[in-house]
Amino acid sequence: MRFERRAHRPLILVLLAPVFALGAALAIAGVLIMLAGAPVAEAFGQILNGAFGSRLGISETLTRATPLIFTGLAAAVAFRARLWNIGGEGQFYMGAIAAAALASGAIAGWPPLIAIPGAMFAGALAGTVTLLLPLGLRLRFGVDEVVTSLLLNFVALLFVSMLIEGPLKDPLAFGWPQSVPVSEGAELPKLLARTRLHAGLLIALAAALLVHFVQSRTRFGMQSRAAGLNAAAARFAGVPLGMTLIKVACMSGGLAGLAGAIEVMGVKGYVTTDLSPGYGYAGIIVAMLANLHPIGVVAAALFVAVMFVGADSMSRVMDIPSYIADVTVALSLLTMLLSLFFTQYRISR
Amino acid sequence: MMELFDIFASAGLWAAVLRIATPLIFGTLGALLCERVGVLNLGIEGIMTFGAMIGWLTVYQGGDLWLGLLAAAFFGAMFGLLHAVLTVPFGLSQHVAGLGITLFASSLSYYVFRLAVPVASSPPTIEPFRPLQIPFLSDLPFLGTALFNQTAPTYLAIAVALALSYVLFRTPLGLAMRMTGENPHGAEAQGVNPVAVRFGAIIAGSALMGVGGAFLTLSAFNSFFPTMMQGRGWVCIALVVFASWNPGRALLGALLFALFDAYQLRLQTVIGKTVPYQLFLMIPYILSIAALAVMARRARVPQALMQPYRRGER
Amino acid sequence: MTASPVLDLRNITKRFGDTLANDDVSVSLAKGEVLALLGENGAGKTTLMSILFGHYTPDAGTVHVEGRELPPGKPRAAIRAGVGMVHQHFSLATNLTVLENVMTGTESLLRLRSDTRAARARLDDVSQRFGLVVDPDARVGDLSVGEQQRVEILKALYNDARILILDEPTAVLTNIEAEKLFRILRDMARQGLSLIFISHKLHEVLAAADRIVVLRGGKAVAERRAADTSKEELAELMVGRRVERPRREAATPGETVLEARNVSLSGSKGLSHVNFALRAGETLGIIGVSGNGQTALAHLASGLVRHEEGDLILFGNPVGKASVRAFIEAGVGRIPEDRNAEGAVGDMTIWENAILERIWSPTFSRHGLIDRAAARRFAAEIIKAFDVRGGAPDKRIRLLSGGNMQKLILGRNLHEQTKLLVAAQPTRGLDEGAIASVHTRILDARKKGAGVLLISEDLDEVIQLADRIQAIVKGRLSPPVAADQADARMLGLMMAGDWDKAGHVAGRGTHEI
Repeated sequence: MRFERRAHRPLILVLLAPVFALGAALAIAGVLIMLAGAPVAEAFGQILNGAFGSRLGISETLTRATPLIFTGLAAAVAFRARLWNIGGEGQFYMGAIAAAALASGAIAGWPPLIAIPGAMFAGALAGTVTLLLPLGLRLRFGVDEVVTSLLLNFVALLFVSMLIEGPLKDPLAFGWPQSVPVSEGAELPKLLARTRLHAGLLIALAAALLVHFVQSRTRFGMQSRAAGLNAAAARFAGVPLGMTLIKVACMSGGLAGLAGAIEVMGVKGYVTTDLSPGYGYAGIIVAMLANLHPIGVVAAALFVAVMFVGADSMSRVMDIPSYIADVTVALSLLTMLLSLFFTQYRISR
Repeated sequence: MMELFDIFASAGLWAAVLRIATPLIFGTLGALLCERVGVLNLGIEGIMTFGAMIGWLTVYQGGDLWLGLLAAAFFGAMFGLLHAVLTVPFGLSQHVAGLGITLFASSLSYYVFRLAVPVASSPPTIEPFRPLQIPFLSDLPFLGTALFNQTAPTYLAIAVALALSYVLFRTPLGLAMRMTGENPHGAEAQGVNPVAVRFGAIIAGSALMGVGGAFLTLSAFNSFFPTMMQGRGWVCIALVVFASWNPGRALLGALLFALFDAYQLRLQTVIGKTVPYQLFLMIPYILSIAALAVMARRARVPQALMQPYRRGER
Repeated sequence: MTASPVLDLRNITKRFGDTLANDDVSVSLAKGEVLALLGENGAGKTTLMSILFGHYTPDAGTVHVEGRELPPGKPRAAIRAGVGMVHQHFSLATNLTVLENVMTGTESLLRLRSDTRAARARLDDVSQRFGLVVDPDARVGDLSVGEQQRVEILKALYNDARILILDEPTAVLTNIEAEKLFRILRDMARQGLSLIFISHKLHEVLAAADRIVVLRGGKAVAERRAADTSKEELAELMVGRRVERPRREAATPGETVLEARNVSLSGSKGLSHVNFALRAGETLGIIGVSGNGQTALAHLASGLVRHEEGDLILFGNPVGKASVRAFIEAGVGRIPEDRNAEGAVGDMTIWENAILERIWSPTFSRHGLIDRAAARRFAAEIIKAFDVRGGAPDKRIRLLSGGNMQKLILGRNLHEQTKLLVAAQPTRGLDEGAIASVHTRILDARKKGAGVLLISEDLDEVIQLADRIQAIVKGRLSPPVAADQADARMLGLMMAGDWDKAGHVAGRGTHEI
């Protein structure tokens, strides 16, 4: 059996790829649920019910999707330019702590119109700096940024842990390691009363549109795409590779940092070391499921959020660990890789 | 100040070095084996996690400790097979496929663990490997405690490193593997099947990763808990570069790394609370990054690393 | 052909997607014979040999070695039957030693220890017998291209090859080295080996082969004994029709457009103290064997890298730093030596590829935003003006054939008035028809007053297009000779680095710059 590259990539296949991938991942998840001895149909029903069955469920799903859109965009933007930013998790935490530090200290008490953008900017900046380090090592020493950005996730988390047990510790938290809370002026307004859904969702959607515009219509977008697809040709055409990667890193790290900042400002109000249930890593999956397309990221983030929220509520009702959501989502990454492969190749003998 | 050096004089430190190094040795050798034939295996973190879980679970369900290690090796090999299928015939991005396997294998381990073991306030334990009593050597003063008071898997790790070194550099199979990692087209032109060699090495390497993970739950600790891997797999990936893809140097690198780790643990108790403990915990990761930066340009990378091989296509 | 053939390819057919690479091809080879497989790029020569060696499985047809059929798609079986292949792109591992490269796959993989001593003795023996000497412990990456080719041949002989296949063996050699290689090959044939070599060079097949099989469009169209044919006949058989390459007309050169004074660039394939001067309306040809610094020179003249020593003067101004943008805006057109690697981003559309290197131009972008309508218009104009077949602005460039892709690259460079055209290997891998049209465009640019820096490994091309010729050897440039006074022998000496001798041959043809 051999694979032959398709001359044309049929649009229908490209559109069906994620459908097939999700179907296959859910089918395998079904088998795992069956092995756990639970009724599969009922389990999936509970997942859907948990995610969509109530006003609260829907608002929870959207709340969860918000940081995933950001981390998904962060990964998609970077991967497009062949910058393997696997450090989304660390950038998320650095963004969160920077926003919290600023919003509880320097600009506490400022009006929201300044405090909110200020804290968001601080978060984006912190995320960017966290990514510029591995990128710098790549440009300067030729170090593969995959491993360094991964390792930095652990460093970032320890750093945050150090801050919230030290200088940024909330003295009123009865000794729990959590950061000082964000001041009221920097809290994002709620979209729905009595839910956790906040204006961050709108910012995320705007970010997706903005990224799409930048990638498809601007000089920088075209250059970064060229750099990712064929670095030698891009260099020959005069694309400044290093500078382009740095700009891409600013976008990618900034988006991941924003994810953390907005999570703090919109949902929790303070930073703990379990602020993220792996949003940074899930962002990679979101980006791949979206085939790196910024608008697709929104849809993929919703899927992942549905799985997480739904599985949580299912595991409360049935005897199946909520980890099934993580398994399904990870599986969907692998099945998506395979489906994408078949949009590019066909089997020949 | 002298206290900082006194740490080196304690036999406990050296015993800890070997203990800390063991999972790293297995993991690094596993990753090295994959990379020598041209495939980066970022599934390592997840495969080690699954190995830790399944090894522990096997023993918890009444299995023998060695059966636990074997189970870890078997499931490691299965994840390796998956990675091989994705990256060799399909030629998918080794980065993304590996990360996918890490995410899949680790979440699957938590899922299986939760299914098998109900939530409890403290995780259930097993009876781990005991230190192997070696006649005469274990009774030596200082050296006996420092070097010869380890569990059997630690000695196994060192033996595997030596064996792998021999296989790679002294046997026709090792030459075929190196050729496949350098130039798979060349290997094929000489009648070596690069696809088969890659499959074999990835599967074997992933089995080693599984064993490395299982060491944590079957020897170093006696229980399994999520997030216990703490990036050890990624450290192994860095160590492979540090070792220039050489098993002997991988062994040394893992020991050196473990020395730093064991030292910083003791340093924490000596220095006390004046310095935040998180700074000490960062050291291993920062060291790994530093090692990568120093070695990245010097190391002689297998030329076909991360290049998918398709017959007839160049 | 009295005895039964040692090798018999019967009715081989192989299809890749929509193209028929081999169409019912039959070739046989006698013991002690040297057979040349002649054909243009894409005629199916390499595919046929890959089938013989088991890299590909044929769709139809069989391979027989000494009367026995080989199982398809099994290189190992071919090796065991005594077939050895010397690939055009060497299949060597540069990080391993010569001995390791040779030994790979020769022992059972189940053996517990490699018998290095026996292998060393055997390698020694083989290299003595055929006069192919290399240090067995040298790292292959440290050897010269010629030595690497020797290793590649030794690998086959070590495996007891009785049939040796060489794919474009002279592509990387000077003509002096090539003559030496053919002497060795003839000697092998006398010792009873049978050889097939693939080539598209007419003089070479006439000089070295006993018999010539011509492939065209995947079919074996003719078979001739070398003694009974001529260059002209072979050329027509190979191309299938008479293709006239355009001729250079006399022109009066204008001002100097690009001048290098003592320019050096470090690196293993860099440049050392290079001098040349190129004037408007003339073509300066740089000849040389692959890997002697051509890439560095092309990159230097394309604005990709900056020289470290000496002065580079572009249109009268010294070049300060490398800037593709500045070069293009000054009027430099650039044809990269590797279309697919540097000339095009395969998965981007034709319009994107058309403007990528001109993206700063106000025609195509303003305030960082791309004017897609203008870009598409530009692409459509190029497609029309340069006859890019099968092209539409929104199609991915990957789908173009090599010749059409090259036309697009030429088009984006020559669409506006170009003052300097840097053309590196402009016809590499193209068929005769496409070569002729590329040559026409290059001559056209020269006629319109552009200076052309033509860097090529194809001697015929340089002799046809260039006014003056310099040879590049190990990063150094020979003094120029006038193309009218150059002949193959002299250029051969120049490419071998023997400039004094070449100067003698040239006599007064050499003039200083």
